Order: sequence, then structure tokens, then C-alpha cells
Amino acid sequence: MIRLEHVTKTFQTKDGDVHAVKDVSLHIKEGQIYGIIGFSGAGKSTLVRCINLLERPEDGKVIFDGKDLLELSDKELRQERQKMGMIFQHFNLMRAKTVYENIALPLRMMKKDKAFIEQKVMELLELIDLVERKDSYPSQLSGGQKQRVAIARALASEPKVLLCDEATSALDPQTTQSILKLIKKVNQEMNLTVVMITHEMLVVKEVCDRVAVMENGRVVEKDDIVPVFVNPIQEITKNFINTTNNSNKINELIKENHPLTQLASNQQLVKLKYSSSNTREALISKISRDYNVDCSIIFGNVEVIKDTPLGTLVTVFTGEDENIRHALDQCKKEGVYVEVMKRGHID
Amino acid sequence: MDILTNIAPNVLKYIDQFPKAILDTLIMLALSGIISIFFGLILGVIVVVTRKDGILPNKWVYFILDKIINLFRSIPFIILVPMLAFLSRLIFKTTIGISGAMVPLVVGTIPFVARQMESSMMEIPEGIVEASISMGMSPMQIIFQVYLKENIPGMIRGITITLIALIGQIAIVGAVGAGGLGDMAIRYGQRFMYDITYTVVILILIIISIIQSIGNKLVEKTTH
Repeated sequence: MIRLEHVTKTFQTKDGDVHAVKDVSLHIKEGQIYGIIGFSGAGKSTLVRCINLLERPEDGKVIFDGKDLLELSDKELRQERQKMGMIFQHFNLMRAKTVYENIALPLRMMKKDKAFIEQKVMELLELIDLVERKDSYPSQLSGGQKQRVAIARALASEPKVLLCDEATSALDPQTTQSILKLIKKVNQEMNLTVVMITHEMLVVKEVCDRVAVMENGRVVEKDDIVPVFVNPIQEITKNFINTTNNSNKINELIKENHPLTQLASNQQLVKLKYSSSNTREALISKISRDYNVDCSIIFGNVEVIKDTPLGTLVTVFTGEDENIRHALDQCKKEGVYVEVMKRGHID
Repeated sequence: MDILTNIAPNVLKYIDQFPKAILDTLIMLALSGIISIFFGLILGVIVVVTRKDGILPNKWVYFILDKIINLFRSIPFIILVPMLAFLSRLIFKTTIGISGAMVPLVVGTIPFVARQMESSMMEIPEGIVEASISMGMSPMQIIFQVYLKENIPGMIRGITITLIALIGQIAIVGAVGAGGLGDMAIRYGQRFMYDITYTVVILILIIISIIQSIGNKLVEKTTH
């Protein structure tokens, strides 16, 4: 649906060039919810703006639905933009227009007839559950309601793609959930492709099928959501994942040399991560029996990502070095992600 | 009536001149106001859209218009009047009366309106423009749907300020033969009939107050 090839965008500023996006290539498939995560300044907002050419990359290709957008005339580009809805962190609704008029605007601009517009707008108002607020002005709505209206407006032209630029970043957690639910719903019901820019891993975890992690203008890691959560490669990805659960607490405990993490010489502190495909076997008790090691779980967490349960266990293995190694090898063989966090010292 | 004869003898004596003076002032205000707002608004829109990060960036158009606006804004109005006398003669074949006053009033006010409109359009959050572009709206649609519609209260404030400033300028052109209230105040003031001058000041004050309160009402009505 969307293919970015070696997209590069540089801003000229007084303090020199800012390389906002450097050589980014992404392939976003039809029907996918594609997350792009990064800290502020990582270039993710610029990247999403390159998709509908709000920013024109100076290098690379932006291919949407088989067309290279950079090759199109202004008029053709406007037609393609009507196939891409966009929502923003600060909603960007027309302040002088009512809810109804806001949603009707893209249709009016496309010169649709009045009856069609009315029917479409009412449909959308029902979808976002704001029929009774149709004559309100944006200033009379809450943040969540404004974003719902923005979504309806973005969907009015029946786009194939919805671009979300930090769409939930100005909302409280509960409202965020309801907006994400709505996005997921339209993704499924309308087979809408969604690109989500965010700095919150929780958002990615909640709805995305695939994620790209950005740092300093580059995509440093991209994969389907479950593998990224099970086996993150880059440090920054690990940091983002740690924000979604408190398993990173253990790192602090290790640093503080907390009693819980003080190990005898025949002990190792190991982090195990597993997803549903390898959770059915009684792995822990099996390796304990087979390799003669004791496993005591000091921290456990299970979360559900994309309907896949993903577990994290921080476990102290006690036993012969050799045996522990075999036990961990066995875990790896079963598809469990293994990370030795700390070894007991031989004093 | 006696009191009035005592404190404002000249006002009573020349009272028949007031209606025409008021009417002349209002005609000049309406005509030069409408023309200046129309062209000032167009100029303001062009300056907004052609600036570097505008929707139709054009370095030269922006540079030239911006400088012209500054130039005319920096010429004191009282100097602008004789400066433009040739233009009045060219267009209206006269430099006096209402037609004689129109050229300096309009030329002096257009840049003022342009700046007022420019600043109220610049107050529109950039995100709203961005959202419009992302919807596939054309530059013309953005001008009419966003720039001219999204900060109407700000524009009304600008127009109110413009009209009030115009009243002052109409008084000045009065002094060079355009008629109106300013003309009366100065003419009779020079003949030491200060009661007329003060009456004119009060009348101007009333006109300004009416403009201001209509402006405020409209701002209130259009703010959502």
C-alpha cells in the first residue's frame, strides 16, 4: 500500500542542516496497523509527513498504491491525498465550523452533492458516537471527542490509509484507549491501513501489527510486533519495551544489589521471555527435572500483544554451571528468549 | 435653550452645517473603508500565502509586497496627502472634496488593513492549514475555507481598528478641503469658535464608540 524507498529529508535552519529523516525504507502493507515509535526529535513526525508530502523528501521515493507521489502534478497529488486521511496530536479541527461542518468539509471540497454529504456525515457521526453533538463547535468538546471528530473527518473521503501523528499523545490514558479502540475498529471494518506515529510503546502494543523504531532520523529496527517484544535487538527498543511493564525494575534492583538479587556462587539470574507458541509445555519444571537445576521465579509478568500472550520471567537458577548452561540451551531451543542478567561470584 | 446659547452660541448659529459634515464623514468612512478593506484583504492574503512557509511560496512577490506595505505604512498620512495629489487629479480631476480625499485615504489605509489581516490570518494555527492540505484541499480552497474563515473575530478586530484610524485620517483630509467633521472643527477652531470644535470632538467620539461597540458585538458573535 505504501512503500518508502530511501527517503531522506533535511531541514535548512540557521544553525545548519538538520537531517530529520535519513535513508528510511519501509513497506506498509494493506490492512496493516504500522507503528513508528521514537523519542521526540527522532524524525518520526517528519517521516509520516513525507507519506502525504506535507514534507517533500529531497531524496527517495514515496510510492502509494503503485504511484510515486513525488512524480505527480499538484492536482494529481491532491487527489491522492484524498485517499489518505490524517489525524494530529492537536486535532486541528476548524474552529469556526461545527462538528457536522468539519466532517462535511472534505466532501464539500470534493464537490459531492448535498444529500450524499448528509448521509455520509450522519453515518460517521454514528460511528464516532457523537450524533447529538453535531452542532457543537470544537471548543465545546473534550479532547477525546475532538479526536473522534478528527477521525470522522479523516474518514469522510473514504481513504485507504489513515495517518496518525501522535494522535493520542494529548489524551489521558482512558481516552487513549477509546481512541485506539476506534482506530482498531475502522482498521478491521473498513480494511483501512493505519500508520501510527507515537512515542508510547503502550500504544504500539495495543494496536500495531508491525513496528519501526526510529532514532536520529533512521529506522534502527523494524519487525512484526510479537518478535520485537520477545526479542528486541536495539537498546532503544528494549528501553521502549521496558516502559510498558515494570520488568526493568529488576535492573535497578541488580544495580542496588538488593538482597533479592544477591547470588551465591552457583546461581545465575536469568530473564526468560516466551510467547504463546512455546508456553504450553511445562518448561520450567521440565528443565528443572532434566538438568538438575532449581528455578526460583522472583519476577513474572504476562501481557497480551496482538492476541499473543507474552511472558517475562526473571528466574534464579541454582545448580552446576554446566547444568545451567544446558538448561538455558534447552530453553533457547524451545524458542524462549534467554538473557543472563547476573552471575553469582565465586568468592 | 438659554444655557445652550450661552455655552455654545456658534454651534446653534451653524447648526445647519452639522448634518452635511456628519454625512460627508460617514460617506468617506464607508467608501474608503470598503475599498481599503477589499484590497487590503487581498493584499494580506497574498502576503500570507506567498511567504516562505506559506501554501504558495513566492520569494519575489512576497518581498516586493512586504516592502511596499512597509513603505506606505511609514509615510505619515499628512505627507501622503500632498504626495498623492497628482494621482487624485489623474483619476478624479480634482484634489478637493470627497473624491479628492479618496486616493490618499485608500492608499494610506490599504497597507494598514493588509497588515491587520495578515496578522489575524497568521494567528490561525499552522496545524489547521496542514490538516487542510492533508485533506487534498487546493490553495484556493484553503484561502476561502481556512484563511478567510478561521479567524473572523481577529479580522473584525482589525477592521474595527482600521475604521477608527480612518476617522482620524478623514479629519486630516478635511483640513485640506475634503469637508466633513474634521474640516468643521479646524475651520471654526481657527476662527476661535471652540464650541464647534468641542462639539465635533464629541460627535467623532460618538461615531468611534458606535464602531467599537458594533465591532465588539460582532467579535463576540463570531467567536466559537
